[in-house]
Order: sequence, then structure tokens, then C-alpha cells
Amino acid sequence: MQHSYTQDTLVGLFVACGIGALFFMALQVSNLGAYNHQESYLITARFENSGGLKVKSPVSVAGVRIGRVTAITFDLQSYESVVEIQIEAKYNTLPDDSSASIFTAGLLGEQYISIEPGGSETYLENNSEIDLTQSAIVLEEVIGQFLFKAAADE
Amino acid sequence: MIYLLQRLGRTTCNSLAKTGRSAFFLAHGLSGVTDIALRPYLLIKQLYSVGVLTLLIITISGLFVGMVLGLQGYYTLSDFGAEESLGVMVAASLVRELGPVVSALLFAGRAGSALTAEIGLMKATEQLSGMEMMAVDPIKRIISPRLFACILSVPLLAAIFSSIGVIGGHLVGVGMLSVDEGAFWSQMQSNIDFYDDIVNGIIKSVVFGFMVAWIALFEGYDAVPTSEGVSRATTRTVVNSSFSVLALDFILTALMFGDI
Repeated sequence: MQHSYTQDTLVGLFVACGIGALFFMALQVSNLGAYNHQESYLITARFENSGGLKVKSPVSVAGVRIGRVTAITFDLQSYESVVEIQIEAKYNTLPDDSSASIFTAGLLGEQYISIEPGGSETYLENNSEIDLTQSAIVLEEVIGQFLFKAAADE
Repeated sequence: MIYLLQRLGRTTCNSLAKTGRSAFFLAHGLSGVTDIALRPYLLIKQLYSVGVLTLLIITISGLFVGMVLGLQGYYTLSDFGAEESLGVMVAASLVRELGPVVSALLFAGRAGSALTAEIGLMKATEQLSGMEMMAVDPIKRIISPRLFACILSVPLLAAIFSSIGVIGGHLVGVGMLSVDEGAFWSQMQSNIDFYDDIVNGIIKSVVFGFMVAWIALFEGYDAVPTSEGVSRATTRTVVNSSFSVLALDFILTALMFGDI
């Protein structure tokens, strides 16, 4: 069987293009380059109501994204939602009296956790818990309160 | 009445027999992996004819699909003032669904039909029996390299399709419709997950490549060795493989992205 070097070259080019496309997708299109390989630590926060928060929702301080939600579970004893947060290791100077609140990005956007730094000298470590939390604002409750208030005023 | 029952019975028996033949055929073809390791040039030749020659149609369709997605997505999203999500929309629909599915459909039309016709004609001109006379196993020599070439090249083609599509969406969205470039990429990167979206898309395209190759090769190998039989087999290849790609896509999507 004769051997064609042009064919070998073209096949090599094809395979290289395919692998190049995979790398393009991994690095440029997906989040692989940004978060997965960095060291991080875990903290938890308990919310009365975690609303529409999802796993992988962003966690930010002063609008800068520093981590993401990794798990949301329900505590049977206290009837609270326990949110596990993964924070990049380089942001290791969050005071331990910081407070966490759930906000919505835009009127209809996704929900995210915003951490408001406190004034303490000791910092949050791996597996520590944020005590001060503010639940998600459920739109129906706000509208309901507004309507009740309007009815009471009349 | 009896005649109808007879026909039903015969059809059932025939289709069962065909399923059985195709299963043995597949097992035999897969067992040819050792022969490919001994003669890699057979695989390279097939990679050229099924992969490289399909590259052009994949690239061009990927570009246009991405551009159309960018355009249509922009019109809908701009009603809600959410043009910045264009990148996510284009990339998610390409990487999860359109990339694997459309490239598998194009592959079935471009390479699958050619494979069926080639093998059907080999059978009609008794080249396969000739090989058997020379104590060369035709399945290991002819079928296995083509099978593995398809399984290898469909994921690569799907990856190229998706990447070119994203670039096409970027051309239209950022270049023509002036969506903010930073938002386009950053929203895409924060919403597309490597394992959940890209790896699942690749798994899908491996399954599709396997399915298309199996159907195309078996239809060719099982074709009635006349010119009419080969033409029917080619038609069946395109119809059956497109159908099974779409049906499998639904099942795989439900398994991968559903919360069931």
C-alpha cells in the first residue's frame, strides 16, 4: 500500500484543529480557566430563606466576585437553609463578624450572596460560619405587605 | 387475515434477525481494534476520507449557524434589554445541543452515505468475498478502520463546529450589532461550565459518531448487492441515522441536564 504524506499532513492538521477547538472551548468559552484550579476555603451561612439561590451562584464583596455557592441544604432542627460557600484562598482577610445577604442582580436577574465586611480583627477561616445573615427578598411577600399596608391606610 | 398475520410475523422475524446481525457485526468490527494498532495507516486513510473531507462543510455551517444564532438571539434579547446575555445564549445552545447534533447530522449526510455506498458497492462487485477467499477478514480490514475513524472524528468535528459557531456569534453580535465585547465573553465564561456543558457535549458527539458509523457501515454491509439495493441502503442510512441522532439526543439531554 502506497503511503501519502499529504494525507498524513492533512489528517494531522484535522486532529490538531479539533484539539485546538477543544482547548478554545475549555479556556475561552467555559469557566475552567477562572475558578476550578485555585485553592479555596469553605464557610457556611444560615439563612431563614435562601430564595432562588442556586449551587454555583456567585458570592461577592463590594461587587467583586470572590467565590461561589457549592451546596444548599436544609437543616431539620432549626428549619433554616444552610448555604456552603467556597471562597478563593487569596481572599483570606474577611472579618469574622461579616454579614451575608442574598440580593438579586437586576429586577429579574439571578440571585447572589453579597458579603458585607465587619470590623473584627479576627478573620474567617475554613469551616467557620457567618452569623449575621439577611434572607432573600421574596417579591410576593413584599407585594403582599405593600397591599396590606395600602388596605390598612384606607 | 391469515396473510396479514403472516406478513406481520415475517416483518417481526426479519427485523429481529437484522438487529441480531447488526449486533454481531458491531462486536466483530469493534474487535478489530488490535488490527488497527498493527496497521495505523488504514485508520489514517479513513480519518482523511471521513474527517478531513467533512471539515469544510462543518466549518462553513458552524459559522453560519453561529451567526444566525447571534442575530436571532439579539433580536429577542434586546426586547428585554439583555443583549449582554447573547454570548451565553450562543455558546450554551452550540456547546450543549447544536454542535453535537448538527455536526452529527451533517456527518451522516456527508460521510455516512458515502460509507454505505462504498461498502455496498464493494459487496456488489464481490470485493468482500474476494477478501474472504484470500483469508483476509473483510470486517477487520474494511469495517473496523472506518468505525474507529468515525468515532474519533465526530467529536473533533463537533468541537470545531461549536468553536467556529461561537466565533460566528461573536462576529455578528460584537462586530455588527455592537454588543459589549467584555460582557459577551465574561457572561459566557461565568455561565458555561466545563464539566457540565462541554464534556457532556463531547460525550454526546462520541455517542452520535458511534451510532452513525454503526448504521452506515451495517447498512452497506447488509445491502442487497444490486444497484437498487445499494441506493436503498444509502437512503436508509441517512434517514435512520438522522432519526437515531435526534432521538438519542433527547434521551441524553434528559439524562445529563435534567434533575431526574
